[in-house]
Amino acid sequence: MKLKLSGREINSASMEHLERVSGEDAKKCYQCGNCSAGCPVSYEMDMNPSEIIRFLQFGKIDDAMAANSMWVCVGCLQCYSRCPKGVSAASILEGLRQLTLRKGQDHDEVKDLPVEFIKKAPQQAIVSGFRKFVS
Amino acid sequence: MKIPYYPGCTLNTVAKGFETSAKESSKTLGFELEELKGWNCCGATFPLTPDNTMALTAPAKVLAHAKAAGDGNKVTTLCSVCYNVLKRTNHVFKEDKARREVINSFIEESYEGELDVVHYLEVLRDTIGFDKVKEAVTRPLAGVKVAAYYGCMLLRPHEEVAIDDHESPTIIEDLMTALGADAVDFPQKIECCGAHLSMDRTDVVEKLSGNVMSSAVENGAELIVTSCPLCQYNLEKSQERTTVEVSGYKAVPIIYFTQLLGLALGQTDEMAGLKDNEWDARPLLKEKGV
Ligand code: SF4
Ligand code: SF4
Repeated sequence: MKLKLSGREINSASMEHLERVSGEDAKKCYQCGNCSAGCPVSYEMDMNPSEIIRFLQFGKIDDAMAANSMWVCVGCLQCYSRCPKGVSAASILEGLRQLTLRKGQDHDEVKDLPVEFIKKAPQQAIVSGFRKFVS
Repeated sequence: MKIPYYPGCTLNTVAKGFETSAKESSKTLGFELEELKGWNCCGATFPLTPDNTMALTAPAKVLAHAKAAGDGNKVTTLCSVCYNVLKRTNHVFKEDKARREVINSFIEESYEGELDVVHYLEVLRDTIGFDKVKEAVTRPLAGVKVAAYYGCMLLRPHEEVAIDDHESPTIIEDLMTALGADAVDFPQKIECCGAHLSMDRTDVVEKLSGNVMSSAVENGAELIVTSCPLCQYNLEKSQERTTVEVSGYKAVPIIYFTQLLGLALGQTDEMAGLKDNEWDARPLLKEKGV
């Protein structure tokens, strides 16, 4: 796949916004792929963590937003733990989630949650699920 | 010796045996877990971006109360998630003056990160000593093959929270050995169970938890211990599917490390909460003569 470089996209306001919210600079990444190799849910992601970061290096934030990656990230921090450059893909994905949720675009509908889950699951599953999926 | 103790929501409800066994074990070992009064939820997830100071107000309130409650030195907790959230929030209070001031002014406290947040396992290892725990054992768990499942929250991010080597921890195995059990090592012990995806992606949870359990059992485990109520729930929930999908996999009990500690220190099955686990550990323990 060919990505077209555009200074306008790389330095866009949304890219700046994401950098500020996530506290991460995607340009530090040198694409070794350690994060994706250690990520337990790479197999389920449209774009694995290092691909998300690659797209962001090119300013392609809309593509990163459209991928399901941020919603299947479990926040386990294996990516950060194994990154030789100290980049946290987890923070970048949380940043993308945050930008979406703050626009009021929920990922889950509370009314659709299975009653069985609410009854039986430890509260921490519900509280953290709400934080990750509901604005 | 009394240590201020933060239980968190789950230990009062779906993980009661985790708490009763720990509290009673403490008494046997010469200390007391003193529950904080009027505590609130820690928020159950530490925000992974710095642009979310609001999420730190709840755990900050817990820390400020804990400082006022005890000798102002430390607070302990059993749940891995509470430990992670409190420890990381405390780190922000120690390291980041500007954020500390914002949060303090919002919650009307003057906490400055003075406490040490320690996990119950660290109390046993560093304050009591595993050798002392070993001396107190009246019912050794001889011949029980136990896999220690750490998951994420006791270990990552390593520079802030790791209670042991973050790639190859042994603190739970060391405790199990002190109790007389045979600790089983397995490659998936630091991997994720699927965490909050139990809310909307049970298929992913079943895969991840299934990987953890089959790796443990392949390496000889007859029982898995954990320190996290969400890991415990996700593993138990995924066991049936793992039994169907992984050939040769045999379901094993998944319980809290304090339940085995309690048993080894002479507690009854009730006190150790053994009847509440979905996969009963009692037949295995009986077979082993414990
Ligand atoms: S591990 Fe770090 S440097 Fe390597 S690809 Fe991932 S983010 Fe980039
Ligand atoms: S935190 Fe998210 S991106 Fe990082 S390894 Fe875990 S699941 Fe993958």
